[in-house]
Amino acid sequence: MAEPGEASALEEAEARAVRTRWALLVPAMLVLTIGAAGPLLVMLVYSFLEAGDYGGVEWVFSTDGWVQVFYAYDIFDEEWVAADAHLSIFWRSVKLSVVTTLLALFFGFPTAYFIATRSEKSRNAWLFLITIPFWTNLLIRTFAMMEVIRNEGVVNSVLIGIGLIDEPIQILYTDTAIALGMVYVYLPLMVLPIYASMEKFDFRLVEAAYDLYATRLRVLWRVILPLVKPGIVAGSILVFIPSLGAYVTPRVLGGGKNMMLGNLIELQFGQGRNWPLGAALSITLLVLVMVALLFYVRAAQRGSSGHG
Amino acid sequence: MKRQAGFTTVAIICFVCLYAPIVVLVAYSFNAGESIAVWQGFSWRWYAAAWENEEVQRAAWLSVLVAVQASFYATVVATMAALATTRNKAFRGQTAVFALINQPLMVPEIVTGVALLIVFAMVKVATGYNGLGYLVLAHTAFCIPFAYLPIRARLEGMDLTLETAAADLYATPWKTFRRVTLPLMWPGILAGAMLAFVISLDDVVITELVKGPGQDTLPTYMLGQLRRVVTPEINAISSALLAVSVVIVSLFFLLNRKRG
Repeated sequence: MAEPGEASALEEAEARAVRTRWALLVPAMLVLTIGAAGPLLVMLVYSFLEAGDYGGVEWVFSTDGWVQVFYAYDIFDEEWVAADAHLSIFWRSVKLSVVTTLLALFFGFPTAYFIATRSEKSRNAWLFLITIPFWTNLLIRTFAMMEVIRNEGVVNSVLIGIGLIDEPIQILYTDTAIALGMVYVYLPLMVLPIYASMEKFDFRLVEAAYDLYATRLRVLWRVILPLVKPGIVAGSILVFIPSLGAYVTPRVLGGGKNMMLGNLIELQFGQGRNWPLGAALSITLLVLVMVALLFYVRAAQRGSSGHG
Repeated sequence: MKRQAGFTTVAIICFVCLYAPIVVLVAYSFNAGESIAVWQGFSWRWYAAAWENEEVQRAAWLSVLVAVQASFYATVVATMAALATTRNKAFRGQTAVFALINQPLMVPEIVTGVALLIVFAMVKVATGYNGLGYLVLAHTAFCIPFAYLPIRARLEGMDLTLETAAADLYATPWKTFRRVTLPLMWPGILAGAMLAFVISLDDVVITELVKGPGQDTLPTYMLGQLRRVVTPEINAISSALLAVSVVIVSLFFLLNRKRG
Protein backbone atom coordinates (compact mmCIF):
# COMPACT_ATOMS: atom_id res chain seq x y z
CA MET A 1 0.00 0.00 0.00
CA ALA A 2 1.21 3.48 -0.77
CA GLU A 3 1.57 6.05 1.95
CA PRO A 4 -1.00 8.88 1.86
CA GLY A 5 1.76 11.36 0.98
CA GLU A 6 2.94 9.21 -1.90
CA ALA A 7 -0.57 8.81 -3.18
CA SER A 8 -1.15 12.54 -3.37
CA ALA A 9 2.25 13.00 -5.03
CA LEU A 10 1.24 10.40 -7.58
CA GLU A 11 -2.08 12.10 -8.11
CA GLU A 12 -0.34 15.39 -8.59
CA ALA A 13 2.03 13.88 -11.15
CA GLU A 14 -0.96 12.38 -12.91
CA ALA A 15 -2.76 15.74 -12.96
CA ARG A 16 0.36 17.41 -14.32
CA ALA A 17 0.59 14.78 -17.07
CA VAL A 18 -3.02 15.44 -18.02
CA ARG A 19 -2.42 19.22 -18.12
CA THR A 20 0.69 18.78 -20.25
CA ARG A 21 -1.16 16.49 -22.62
CA TRP A 22 -3.99 18.91 -23.24
CA ALA A 23 -1.61 21.86 -23.52
CA LEU A 24 0.19 19.96 -26.26
CA LEU A 25 -3.07 19.08 -27.99
CA VAL A 26 -4.67 22.53 -27.93
CA PRO A 27 -2.91 24.06 -30.98
CA ALA A 28 -3.73 21.13 -33.28
CA MET A 29 -7.31 20.95 -32.02
CA LEU A 30 -7.71 24.69 -32.50
CA VAL A 31 -6.45 24.68 -36.10
CA LEU A 32 -8.56 21.66 -36.98
CA THR A 33 -11.66 23.13 -35.37
CA ILE A 34 -11.33 26.47 -37.16
CA GLY A 35 -9.95 25.14 -40.43
CA ALA A 36 -11.85 21.89 -40.91
CA ALA A 37 -14.50 20.70 -38.45
CA GLY A 38 -16.12 23.90 -37.22
CA PRO A 39 -17.06 25.23 -40.66
CA LEU A 40 -19.10 22.07 -41.22
CA LEU A 41 -21.42 23.18 -38.40
CA VAL A 42 -21.70 26.67 -39.87
CA MET A 43 -22.59 25.04 -43.17
CA LEU A 44 -25.36 23.08 -41.45
CA VAL A 45 -26.80 26.39 -40.26
CA TYR A 46 -26.50 27.88 -43.76
CA SER A 47 -28.48 25.01 -45.25
CA PHE A 48 -31.49 26.29 -43.28
CA LEU A 49 -31.26 29.91 -44.47
CA GLU A 50 -32.67 31.74 -47.45
CA ALA A 51 -30.53 32.20 -50.54
CA GLY A 52 -29.30 35.73 -51.21
CA ASP A 53 -29.90 37.24 -54.65
CA TYR A 54 -26.23 37.48 -55.53
CA GLY A 55 -24.90 34.50 -53.63
CA GLY A 56 -24.54 34.41 -49.87
CA VAL A 57 -27.61 34.14 -47.65
CA GLU A 58 -30.38 36.09 -46.02
CA TRP A 59 -30.56 35.37 -42.30
CA VAL A 60 -34.12 34.06 -42.49
CA PHE A 61 -35.02 30.49 -41.60
CA SER A 62 -36.02 28.45 -44.60
CA THR A 63 -36.07 24.80 -45.61
CA ASP A 64 -35.91 25.68 -49.33
CA GLY A 65 -32.30 24.52 -49.56
CA TRP A 66 -33.24 21.04 -48.39
CA VAL A 67 -36.42 20.87 -50.44
CA GLN A 68 -34.47 21.83 -53.54
CA VAL A 69 -32.14 18.88 -53.07
CA PHE A 70 -34.97 16.67 -54.29
CA TYR A 71 -37.55 19.04 -55.76
CA ALA A 72 -37.43 21.89 -58.23
CA TYR A 73 -39.94 24.74 -58.38
CA ASP A 74 -41.65 24.92 -61.71
CA ILE A 75 -42.30 28.65 -62.28
CA PHE A 76 -44.79 28.02 -65.10
CA ASP A 77 -47.00 25.49 -63.34
CA GLU A 78 -46.23 27.06 -59.97
CA GLU A 79 -45.67 23.74 -58.26
CA TRP A 80 -42.83 21.62 -56.91
CA VAL A 81 -41.72 18.76 -59.13
CA ALA A 82 -39.04 16.11 -58.58
CA ALA A 83 -35.61 17.57 -59.41
CA ASP A 84 -34.70 15.11 -62.13
CA ALA A 85 -31.40 16.83 -62.81
CA HIS A 86 -30.28 16.38 -59.20
CA LEU A 87 -31.52 12.81 -58.99
CA SER A 88 -29.67 11.86 -62.16
CA ILE A 89 -26.49 13.42 -60.75
CA PHE A 90 -26.95 11.49 -57.49
CA TRP A 91 -27.48 8.34 -59.48
CA ARG A 92 -24.42 9.00 -61.67
CA SER A 93 -22.25 9.66 -58.59
CA VAL A 94 -23.26 6.42 -56.90
CA LYS A 95 -23.12 4.39 -60.10
CA LEU A 96 -19.70 5.66 -61.15
CA SER A 97 -18.32 5.22 -57.63
CA VAL A 98 -19.50 1.59 -57.54
CA VAL A 99 -18.12 0.92 -61.03
CA THR A 100 -14.83 2.57 -60.08
CA THR A 101 -14.57 0.50 -56.90
CA LEU A 102 -15.28 -2.76 -58.74
CA LEU A 103 -12.80 -1.98 -61.52
CA ALA A 104 -10.17 -0.94 -59.00
CA LEU A 105 -10.75 -4.21 -57.14
CA PHE A 106 -10.52 -6.20 -60.37
CA PHE A 107 -7.16 -4.62 -61.24
CA GLY A 108 -5.92 -3.95 -57.74
CA PHE A 109 -6.34 -7.40 -56.22
CA PRO A 110 -4.09 -9.24 -58.69
CA THR A 111 -1.58 -6.40 -58.46
CA ALA A 112 -1.45 -6.65 -54.66
CA TYR A 113 -1.13 -10.43 -54.96
CA PHE A 114 1.67 -10.01 -57.47
CA ILE A 115 3.59 -7.68 -55.12
CA ALA A 116 2.99 -9.87 -52.07
CA THR A 117 4.41 -12.92 -53.84
CA ARG A 118 7.67 -11.19 -54.87
CA SER A 119 10.87 -11.76 -52.96
CA GLU A 120 11.12 -9.65 -49.85
CA LYS A 121 13.74 -7.39 -51.39
CA SER A 122 11.95 -6.51 -54.61
CA ARG A 123 8.59 -6.06 -52.83
CA ASN A 124 9.60 -2.63 -51.59
CA ALA A 125 10.52 -1.53 -55.09
CA TRP A 126 7.14 -2.62 -56.50
CA LEU A 127 5.36 -0.99 -53.59
CA PHE A 128 7.28 2.20 -54.26
CA LEU A 129 6.14 2.09 -57.90
CA ILE A 130 2.50 1.86 -56.79
CA THR A 131 2.85 4.61 -54.19
CA ILE A 132 4.68 7.22 -56.25
CA PRO A 133 1.76 8.15 -58.52
CA PHE A 134 -0.46 8.42 -55.47
CA TRP A 135 1.70 11.21 -54.02
CA THR A 136 1.79 13.14 -57.24
CA ASN A 137 -0.76 15.73 -58.15
CA LEU A 138 -4.26 14.36 -58.79
CA LEU A 139 -4.97 17.07 -61.34
CA ILE A 140 -1.83 16.21 -63.28
CA ARG A 141 -2.68 12.53 -63.34
CA THR A 142 -6.21 13.34 -64.51
CA PHE A 143 -4.77 15.61 -67.16
CA ALA A 144 -2.41 12.81 -68.26
CA MET A 145 -5.43 10.52 -68.60
CA MET A 146 -7.21 13.21 -70.60
CA GLU A 147 -4.38 13.44 -73.09
CA VAL A 148 -4.31 9.68 -73.56
CA ILE A 149 -8.04 9.21 -74.21
CA ARG A 150 -8.63 12.32 -76.35
CA ASN A 151 -9.84 11.83 -79.90
CA GLU A 152 -6.33 12.66 -81.10
CA GLY A 153 -4.78 10.87 -78.14
CA VAL A 154 -2.59 7.79 -77.96
CA VAL A 155 -5.40 5.27 -77.44
CA ASN A 156 -7.36 6.37 -80.50
CA SER A 157 -4.22 6.80 -82.64
CA VAL A 158 -3.08 3.28 -81.83
CA LEU A 159 -6.52 1.77 -82.45
CA ILE A 160 -6.75 3.56 -85.81
CA GLY A 161 -3.14 2.69 -86.59
CA ILE A 162 -3.70 -1.05 -86.23
CA GLY A 163 -6.92 -0.75 -88.21
CA LEU A 164 -9.29 -1.75 -85.45
CA ILE A 165 -11.40 1.38 -85.90
CA ASP A 166 -11.72 3.96 -88.68
CA GLU A 167 -12.84 6.94 -86.66
CA PRO A 168 -11.75 7.93 -83.17
CA ILE A 169 -14.03 6.74 -80.38
CA GLN A 170 -15.38 9.56 -78.26
CA ILE A 171 -14.23 8.58 -74.77
CA LEU A 172 -13.42 11.99 -73.33
CA TYR A 173 -16.38 13.85 -71.80
CA THR A 174 -18.36 10.65 -71.16
CA ASP A 175 -19.18 8.73 -67.99
CA THR A 176 -16.71 6.09 -69.14
CA ALA A 177 -13.93 8.67 -69.12
CA ILE A 178 -14.80 9.67 -65.55
CA ALA A 179 -14.81 6.04 -64.36
CA LEU A 180 -11.52 5.33 -66.14
CA GLY A 181 -9.96 8.44 -64.67
CA MET A 182 -11.10 7.63 -61.16
CA VAL A 183 -9.83 4.06 -61.38
CA TYR A 184 -6.56 5.49 -62.61
CA VAL A 185 -6.12 8.02 -59.81
CA TYR A 186 -7.49 5.91 -56.93
CA LEU A 187 -6.02 2.49 -57.81
CA PRO A 188 -3.15 2.78 -55.27
CA LEU A 189 -5.77 3.19 -52.52
CA MET A 190 -7.07 -0.27 -53.40
CA VAL A 191 -3.70 -1.98 -53.83
CA LEU A 192 -2.08 -0.77 -50.59
CA PRO A 193 -4.59 -2.11 -48.00
CA ILE A 194 -5.00 -5.41 -49.86
CA TYR A 195 -1.24 -5.75 -49.98
CA ALA A 196 -1.04 -4.93 -46.26
CA SER A 197 -3.40 -7.78 -45.41
CA MET A 198 -1.58 -10.15 -47.79
CA GLU A 199 1.81 -9.29 -46.38
CA LYS A 200 0.87 -11.06 -43.16
CA PHE A 201 -0.69 -13.89 -45.14
CA ASP A 202 1.00 -17.28 -44.77
CA PHE A 203 1.39 -18.52 -48.33
CA ARG A 204 2.13 -22.02 -47.05
CA LEU A 205 -1.63 -22.30 -46.62
CA VAL A 206 -1.95 -21.95 -50.39
CA GLU A 207 0.58 -24.71 -50.91
CA ALA A 208 -1.22 -26.90 -48.40
CA ALA A 209 -4.48 -26.38 -50.27
CA TYR A 210 -2.83 -27.31 -53.56
CA ASP A 211 -1.36 -30.40 -51.94
CA LEU A 212 -4.89 -31.35 -51.01
CA TYR A 213 -5.83 -31.13 -54.71
CA ALA A 214 -7.71 -27.84 -54.54
CA THR A 215 -8.08 -26.12 -57.89
CA ARG A 216 -6.67 -22.61 -58.42
CA LEU A 217 -10.10 -21.05 -58.32
CA ARG A 218 -10.99 -22.94 -55.16
CA VAL A 219 -7.77 -21.83 -53.49
CA LEU A 220 -8.51 -18.24 -54.42
CA TRP A 221 -12.11 -18.45 -53.26
CA ARG A 222 -11.78 -20.56 -50.12
CA VAL A 223 -8.28 -19.81 -48.85
CA ILE A 224 -6.98 -16.45 -50.05
CA LEU A 225 -10.14 -14.34 -50.23
CA PRO A 226 -11.48 -15.04 -46.72
CA LEU A 227 -8.12 -14.21 -45.18
CA VAL A 228 -7.52 -10.95 -47.03
CA LYS A 229 -11.14 -9.81 -46.77
CA PRO A 230 -10.34 -6.98 -44.31
CA GLY A 231 -7.92 -5.55 -46.87
CA ILE A 232 -10.50 -5.80 -49.62
CA VAL A 233 -13.13 -4.04 -47.52
CA ALA A 234 -10.67 -1.31 -46.51
CA GLY A 235 -9.49 -0.81 -50.09
CA SER A 236 -13.04 -0.65 -51.42
CA ILE A 237 -14.01 1.99 -48.88
CA LEU A 238 -10.86 3.99 -49.56
CA VAL A 239 -11.71 4.05 -53.27
CA PHE A 240 -15.47 4.48 -52.91
CA ILE A 241 -15.36 7.51 -50.61
CA PRO A 242 -13.15 9.82 -52.69
CA SER A 243 -14.99 8.67 -55.83
CA LEU A 244 -18.30 9.72 -54.34
CA GLY A 245 -16.90 13.15 -53.48
CA ALA A 246 -14.83 13.51 -56.64
CA TYR A 247 -14.64 16.98 -58.14
CA VAL A 248 -11.52 17.34 -60.26
CA THR A 249 -11.82 14.12 -62.28
CA PRO A 250 -15.44 14.63 -63.41
CA ARG A 251 -14.75 18.30 -64.11
CA VAL A 252 -11.77 17.58 -66.34
CA LEU A 253 -12.83 14.28 -67.94
CA GLY A 254 -16.60 14.69 -67.86
CA GLY A 255 -16.71 18.12 -69.43
CA GLY A 256 -19.46 20.46 -68.28
CA LYS A 257 -22.39 18.09 -68.77
CA ASN A 258 -21.46 14.89 -66.97
CA MET A 259 -21.55 16.31 -63.46
CA MET A 260 -21.08 14.43 -60.24
CA LEU A 261 -22.21 15.48 -56.79
CA GLY A 262 -19.01 17.44 -56.14
CA ASN A 263 -19.52 19.52 -59.28
CA LEU A 264 -23.19 20.11 -58.46
CA ILE A 265 -22.16 21.42 -55.05
CA GLU A 266 -19.54 23.75 -56.49
CA LEU A 267 -22.04 25.02 -59.05
CA GLN A 268 -24.32 26.31 -56.27
CA PHE A 269 -21.52 28.51 -54.96
CA GLY A 270 -20.62 29.75 -58.43
CA GLN A 271 -23.15 30.37 -61.19
CA GLY A 272 -26.01 28.73 -59.27
CA ARG A 273 -25.82 31.33 -56.48
CA ASN A 274 -27.79 29.10 -54.17
CA TRP A 275 -25.65 28.66 -51.08
CA PRO A 276 -28.31 26.98 -48.91
CA LEU A 277 -28.87 24.34 -51.58
CA GLY A 278 -25.10 23.88 -51.93
CA ALA A 279 -24.81 23.50 -48.16
CA ALA A 280 -27.67 20.98 -48.07
CA LEU A 281 -26.09 19.00 -50.92
CA SER A 282 -22.74 19.03 -49.12
CA ILE A 283 -24.30 17.64 -45.96
CA THR A 284 -26.09 14.99 -48.02
CA LEU A 285 -22.75 13.95 -49.49
CA LEU A 286 -21.20 13.97 -46.03
CA VAL A 287 -23.96 11.71 -44.70
CA LEU A 288 -23.48 9.28 -47.60
CA VAL A 289 -19.75 9.16 -46.82
CA MET A 290 -20.40 8.63 -43.11
CA VAL A 291 -22.77 5.75 -43.88
CA ALA A 292 -20.08 4.15 -46.01
CA LEU A 293 -17.53 4.64 -43.20
CA LEU A 294 -19.90 3.20 -40.60
CA PHE A 295 -20.43 0.20 -42.83
CA TYR A 296 -16.67 -0.19 -43.00
CA VAL A 297 -16.18 0.07 -39.22
CA ARG A 298 -18.90 -2.55 -38.72
CA ALA A 299 -17.30 -4.87 -41.26
CA ALA A 300 -13.86 -4.35 -39.75
CA GLN A 301 -15.12 -5.15 -36.26
CA ARG A 302 -16.87 -8.26 -37.46
CA GLY A 303 -13.68 -9.29 -39.24
CA SER A 304 -11.46 -8.84 -36.19
CA SER A 305 -13.86 -10.56 -33.78
CA GLY A 306 -14.22 -13.43 -36.24
CA HIS A 307 -10.48 -14.11 -36.15
CA GLY A 308 -9.86 -13.25 -32.55
CA MET B 1 4.45 -22.31 -55.76
CA LYS B 2 1.62 -22.26 -58.26
CA ARG B 3 0.48 -18.83 -59.20
CA GLN B 4 -3.03 -17.65 -59.81
CA ALA B 5 -3.68 -17.72 -63.54
CA GLY B 6 -3.51 -14.30 -65.15
CA PHE B 7 -2.67 -12.38 -61.98
CA THR B 8 0.82 -11.49 -63.13
CA THR B 9 -0.54 -10.33 -66.48
CA VAL B 10 -3.10 -8.07 -64.84
CA ALA B 11 -0.46 -6.70 -62.49
CA ILE B 12 1.92 -5.89 -65.35
CA ILE B 13 -0.92 -4.22 -67.26
CA CYS B 14 -1.64 -2.19 -64.14
CA PHE B 15 1.91 -0.96 -63.79
CA VAL B 16 2.11 -0.10 -67.48
CA CYS B 17 -1.22 1.75 -67.40
CA LEU B 18 -0.19 3.58 -64.26
CA TYR B 19 2.91 5.03 -65.86
CA ALA B 20 2.10 5.22 -69.57
CA PRO B 21 -0.07 8.36 -69.35
CA ILE B 22 2.55 10.09 -67.22
CA VAL B 23 5.29 9.15 -69.68
CA VAL B 24 3.19 10.51 -72.57
CA LEU B 25 2.54 13.72 -70.64
CA VAL B 26 6.22 14.27 -69.91
CA ALA B 27 7.23 13.35 -73.46
CA TYR B 28 4.94 15.97 -75.01
CA SER B 29 6.32 18.64 -72.70
CA PHE B 30 9.39 18.42 -74.96
CA ASN B 31 7.36 18.74 -78.15
CA ALA B 32 8.62 21.40 -80.55
CA GLY B 33 5.13 21.89 -81.99
CA GLU B 34 2.07 23.58 -80.49
CA SER B 35 0.10 20.37 -80.13
CA ILE B 36 -0.09 17.82 -77.36
CA ALA B 37 -1.02 15.12 -79.86
CA VAL B 38 1.37 15.44 -82.82
CA TRP B 39 5.08 14.98 -82.19
CA GLN B 40 7.21 17.53 -84.03
CA GLY B 41 10.64 17.04 -82.60
CA PHE B 42 12.46 17.75 -79.35
CA SER B 43 12.62 21.20 -77.82
CA TRP B 44 12.85 22.98 -74.48
CA ARG B 45 10.68 25.84 -75.73
CA TRP B 46 7.67 25.11 -73.50
CA TYR B 47 9.80 25.01 -70.39
CA ALA B 48 11.22 28.36 -71.42
CA ALA B 49 7.71 29.65 -72.10
CA ALA B 50 6.46 28.50 -68.70
CA TRP B 51 9.54 29.93 -66.99
CA GLU B 52 8.93 33.34 -68.54
CA ASN B 53 5.17 33.33 -68.09
CA GLU B 54 4.45 35.86 -65.36
CA GLU B 55 1.20 34.22 -64.31
CA VAL B 56 3.00 30.92 -63.87
CA GLN B 57 5.75 32.62 -61.90
CA ARG B 58 3.26 34.21 -59.57
CA ALA B 59 1.30 30.97 -59.13
CA ALA B 60 4.46 28.98 -58.48
CA TRP B 61 5.66 31.49 -55.91
CA LEU B 62 2.29 31.45 -54.18
CA SER B 63 2.23 27.63 -54.15
CA VAL B 64 5.61 27.53 -52.45
CA LEU B 65 4.72 30.32 -50.04
CA VAL B 66 1.54 28.56 -48.90
CA ALA B 67 3.11 25.09 -48.80
CA VAL B 68 6.11 26.23 -46.75
CA GLN B 69 3.97 28.01 -44.18
CA ALA B 70 1.24 25.36 -44.01
CA SER B 71 3.67 22.45 -43.72
CA PHE B 72 5.66 24.29 -41.05
CA TYR B 73 2.64 25.07 -38.87
CA ALA B 74 1.09 21.65 -39.47
CA THR B 75 4.31 19.89 -38.49
CA VAL B 76 4.74 21.93 -35.31
CA VAL B 77 1.22 21.33 -34.03
CA ALA B 78 1.25 17.70 -35.23
CA THR B 79 4.51 17.06 -33.36
CA MET B 80 2.96 18.40 -30.17
CA ALA B 81 -0.17 16.35 -30.74
CA ALA B 82 1.87 13.21 -31.42
CA LEU B 83 3.82 13.71 -28.18
CA ALA B 84 0.53 14.02 -26.31
CA THR B 85 -1.16 10.99 -27.86
CA THR B 86 1.58 8.36 -27.93
CA ARG B 87 3.42 6.42 -25.27
CA ASN B 88 0.63 6.60 -22.74
CA LYS B 89 -2.50 4.77 -21.73
CA ALA B 90 -5.84 5.54 -23.30
CA PHE B 91 -7.11 8.84 -21.94
CA ARG B 92 -10.47 10.54 -21.71
CA GLY B 93 -11.44 12.25 -24.93
CA GLN B 94 -8.97 10.21 -26.96
CA THR B 95 -11.55 9.07 -29.50
CA ALA B 96 -12.66 12.65 -30.10
CA VAL B 97 -9.05 13.80 -30.52
CA PHE B 98 -8.28 11.09 -33.07
CA ALA B 99 -11.52 11.79 -34.91
CA LEU B 100 -10.62 15.47 -35.16
CA ILE B 101 -7.08 14.76 -36.35
CA ASN B 102 -8.29 12.29 -38.99
CA GLN B 103 -11.26 14.40 -40.00
CA PRO B 104 -9.59 15.94 -43.08
CA LEU B 105 -8.94 12.40 -44.37
CA MET B 106 -12.58 11.35 -44.07
CA VAL B 107 -14.59 14.37 -45.17
CA PRO B 108 -14.62 14.90 -48.95
CA GLU B 109 -12.48 17.87 -49.94
CA ILE B 110 -15.33 19.54 -51.78
CA VAL B 111 -17.39 19.56 -48.56
CA THR B 112 -14.60 21.04 -46.47
CA GLY B 113 -13.93 23.47 -49.30
CA VAL B 114 -17.42 24.95 -49.48
CA ALA B 115 -17.72 24.99 -45.68
CA LEU B 116 -14.52 27.06 -45.52
CA LEU B 117 -15.79 29.25 -48.35
CA ILE B 118 -18.87 30.06 -46.28
CA VAL B 119 -16.96 30.80 -43.08
CA PHE B 120 -14.20 32.79 -44.78
CA ALA B 121 -16.79 34.86 -46.67
CA MET B 122 -18.26 35.87 -43.30
CA VAL B 123 -14.84 36.63 -41.84
CA LYS B 124 -13.92 38.67 -44.92
CA VAL B 125 -17.01 40.84 -44.53
CA ALA B 126 -16.43 41.25 -40.80
CA THR B 127 -12.69 42.02 -40.90
CA GLY B 128 -11.99 43.18 -44.44
CA TYR B 129 -8.88 40.97 -44.47
CA ASN B 130 -8.24 39.42 -47.88
CA GLY B 131 -4.74 38.03 -47.55
CA LEU B 132 -3.12 34.65 -47.87
CA GLY B 133 -4.03 33.73 -44.29
CA TYR B 134 -7.18 31.90 -45.36
CA LEU B 135 -5.28 29.60 -47.71
CA VAL B 136 -2.55 29.01 -45.13
CA LEU B 137 -5.08 28.13 -42.42
CA ALA B 138 -7.04 25.78 -44.68
CA HIS B 139 -3.85 24.06 -45.89
CA THR B 140 -2.46 23.77 -42.37
CA ALA B 141 -5.64 22.01 -41.23
CA PHE B 142 -5.70 19.36 -43.94
CA CYS B 143 -1.93 18.82 -43.71
CA ILE B 144 -2.07 17.96 -40.00
CA PRO B 145 -3.03 14.26 -40.37
CA PHE B 146 -0.29 13.77 -42.99
CA ALA B 147 2.32 15.31 -40.72
CA TYR B 148 0.96 13.53 -37.65
CA LEU B 149 1.05 9.94 -38.91
CA PRO B 150 4.83 9.56 -39.59
CA ILE B 151 5.71 11.41 -36.37
CA ARG B 152 3.42 9.21 -34.35
CA ALA B 153 4.81 6.07 -36.00
CA ARG B 154 8.33 7.20 -35.16
CA LEU B 155 7.45 7.92 -31.53
CA GLU B 156 5.73 4.59 -31.10
CA GLY B 157 8.84 2.74 -32.21
CA MET B 158 11.05 4.69 -29.80
CA ASP B 159 12.87 3.21 -26.83
CA LEU B 160 11.41 4.73 -23.65
CA THR B 161 14.34 3.61 -21.48
CA LEU B 162 16.57 6.29 -23.00
CA GLU B 163 14.36 9.02 -21.59
CA THR B 164 14.18 7.29 -18.24
CA ALA B 165 17.96 7.02 -18.24
CA ALA B 166 18.29 10.73 -18.96
CA ALA B 167 15.88 11.53 -16.13
CA ASP B 168 17.81 9.23 -13.81
CA LEU B 169 20.92 11.23 -14.63
CA TYR B 170 19.14 14.36 -13.35
CA ALA B 171 18.31 15.86 -16.72
CA THR B 172 15.37 18.24 -16.45
CA PRO B 173 12.27 17.26 -18.46
CA TRP B 174 13.03 20.04 -20.95
CA LYS B 175 16.64 18.93 -21.30
CA THR B 176 15.57 15.31 -21.74
CA PHE B 177 13.20 16.40 -24.48
CA ARG B 178 15.73 18.69 -26.15
CA ARG B 179 18.69 16.28 -26.03
CA VAL B 180 17.09 12.83 -26.18
CA THR B 181 13.49 12.79 -27.42
CA LEU B 182 13.72 15.44 -30.12
CA PRO B 183 16.85 14.05 -31.85
CA LEU B 184 15.29 10.58 -31.81
CA MET B 185 12.01 11.73 -33.32
CA TRP B 186 13.66 14.09 -35.81
CA PRO B 187 13.44 11.73 -38.84
CA GLY B 188 9.71 11.36 -38.18
CA ILE B 189 9.26 15.12 -37.98
CA LEU B 190 11.17 15.62 -41.22
CA ALA B 191 9.14 12.91 -42.94
CA GLY B 192 5.89 14.45 -41.70
CA ALA B 193 6.94 17.90 -42.89
CA MET B 194 7.81 16.60 -46.35
CA LEU B 195 4.51 14.78 -46.68
CA ALA B 196 2.62 17.86 -45.54
CA PHE B 197 4.56 20.00 -48.04
CA VAL B 198 3.69 17.71 -50.95
CA ILE B 199 0.03 17.49 -49.92
CA SER B 200 -0.21 21.28 -49.70
CA LEU B 201 1.63 21.80 -53.00
CA ASP B 202 -0.72 19.40 -54.82
CA ASP B 203 -4.03 20.53 -53.42
CA VAL B 204 -6.61 21.59 -55.97
CA VAL B 205 -10.15 21.45 -54.61
CA ILE B 206 -9.91 23.32 -51.31
CA THR B 207 -7.57 25.93 -52.82
CA GLU B 208 -9.93 26.46 -55.77
CA LEU B 209 -12.80 27.24 -53.39
CA VAL B 210 -10.92 29.23 -50.77
CA LYS B 211 -8.59 31.36 -52.92
CA GLY B 212 -9.32 35.01 -53.30
CA PRO B 213 -8.93 36.98 -56.55
CA GLY B 214 -5.35 36.76 -57.81
CA GLN B 215 -4.51 33.94 -55.40
CA ASP B 216 -4.00 31.15 -57.93
CA THR B 217 -1.58 28.40 -57.00
CA LEU B 218 0.00 26.28 -59.74
CA PRO B 219 -2.69 23.56 -59.59
CA THR B 220 -5.61 26.01 -59.70
CA TYR B 221 -3.88 27.97 -62.46
CA MET B 222 -3.61 24.74 -64.45
CA LEU B 223 -7.23 23.82 -63.76
CA GLY B 224 -8.24 27.18 -65.21
CA GLN B 225 -6.04 26.67 -68.26
CA LEU B 226 -7.55 23.25 -69.05
CA ARG B 227 -10.71 25.06 -70.17
CA ARG B 228 -8.81 26.66 -73.02
CA VAL B 229 -6.78 25.18 -75.85
CA VAL B 230 -4.05 23.26 -74.12
CA THR B 231 -0.48 23.74 -75.30
CA PRO B 232 2.54 21.71 -74.16
CA GLU B 233 3.25 24.53 -71.72
CA ILE B 234 0.81 22.85 -69.33
CA ASN B 235 2.75 19.61 -69.83
CA ALA B 236 5.95 21.41 -68.97
CA ILE B 237 4.49 22.86 -65.76
CA SER B 238 3.02 19.46 -64.88
CA SER B 239 6.33 17.71 -65.47
CA ALA B 240 8.17 20.17 -63.26
CA LEU B 241 5.60 19.78 -60.48
CA LEU B 242 5.73 15.99 -60.86
CA ALA B 243 9.50 16.06 -60.55
CA VAL B 244 9.32 18.06 -57.31
CA SER B 245 6.76 15.66 -55.79
CA VAL B 246 8.66 12.54 -56.86
CA VAL B 247 11.94 13.84 -55.42
CA ILE B 248 10.38 14.77 -52.08
CA VAL B 249 8.44 11.51 -51.77
CA SER B 250 11.54 9.49 -52.67
CA LEU B 251 13.44 11.29 -49.91
CA PHE B 252 10.57 10.48 -47.58
CA PHE B 253 10.87 6.79 -48.41
CA LEU B 254 14.62 6.80 -47.88
CA LEU B 255 14.16 8.51 -44.54
CA ASN B 256 11.59 5.94 -43.49
CA ARG B 257 13.63 2.98 -44.65
CA LYS B 258 16.63 3.92 -42.52
CA ARG B 259 14.46 3.44 -39.48
CA GLY B 260 13.83 -0.21 -40.36
